[in-house]
Amino acid sequence: MPFKRYVEIGRVALVNYGKEYGRLVVIVDVVDQNRALVDAPDMVRGQMNFKRLSLTDIKIDIPRVPKKKTLIDAMEKADVKNKWENSSWGRKLIVQKRRAALNDFDRFKIMLAKIKRAGVVRQELAKLKKNAA
Amino acid sequence: MVTLRFHQYQVVGRALPSEAEEHPKICRMKLWATNEVRAKSKFWYFLRKLKKVKKSNGQVLAINEIFEKNPTKIKNYGIWLRYQSRTGYHNMYKEYRDTTLNGAVEQMYNEMASRHRVRFPCIQIIKTATIPAKLCKRESTKQFHDSKIKFPSVFKKVRPPTRKLKTTYKASRPNLFM
Repeated sequence: MPFKRYVEIGRVALVNYGKEYGRLVVIVDVVDQNRALVDAPDMVRGQMNFKRLSLTDIKIDIPRVPKKKTLIDAMEKADVKNKWENSSWGRKLIVQKRRAALNDFDRFKIMLAKIKRAGVVRQELAKLKKNAA
Repeated sequence: MVTLRFHQYQVVGRALPSEAEEHPKICRMKLWATNEVRAKSKFWYFLRKLKKVKKSNGQVLAINEIFEKNPTKIKNYGIWLRYQSRTGYHNMYKEYRDTTLNGAVEQMYNEMASRHRVRFPCIQIIKTATIPAKLCKRESTKQFHDSKIKFPSVFKKVRPPTRKLKTTYKASRPNLFM
């Protein structure tokens, strides 16, 4: 199986460990075999180990080590935020965050909604069974 | 940024003034140590080898920590060092890629310990310099001098985002493909 996601300048990655967990960052340069120089619009540029990064499919077009303003403009042009939020990975993360932030009333509402949906599905299933029989 | 072990200090000192010498020469050294106390100690160690002065008949005039000027820029560092092996003294030149000089020095100490079993007291840093990309000598640093560098991440390390969520048993086998 060939590789599809490469570590390269402009690759968008998700931090999966440590203090910056959950943040989307852009690989701006490669320090050496294990570390990358990484940047995001709201953080100081810093180095990070590749072990802490999960590469995504999104890649933006930037020169090596761009200025902060160039980086922000390139991210706007490539529409990283919307692409991420519409991707299946991004959507899953948003759903996880919402579920973790529910309060008891929300969970009650969800329980009612789930019961209602299951009821509708069962009705359709009963109809299909009657037609098949 | 991970906390680095080594800090760079500038230590300035001289021998105590005496009747023979009213204004002794002031010496300045830049050295690496884990803290200021050790930096002063290392200063006297080196000064004893250069002049006939000891801590008891000298004084430290100033000690300042030197911080990295551009910690967001990747640089190639060349480090010249003199180390004591089991059989004698040797000189070495090593290159490292890092964002800060303290980081490169820490890499050097770790590498010397692992590759040559040489520990901190047996290493003396002669000189450090930032090397422009053209003048780098080692292939392992030169391979990263590519403005369109691209390589796949071959192995995905599957781990929980915090140590607290670590479990001994997992429900299913992890997928290690990136």
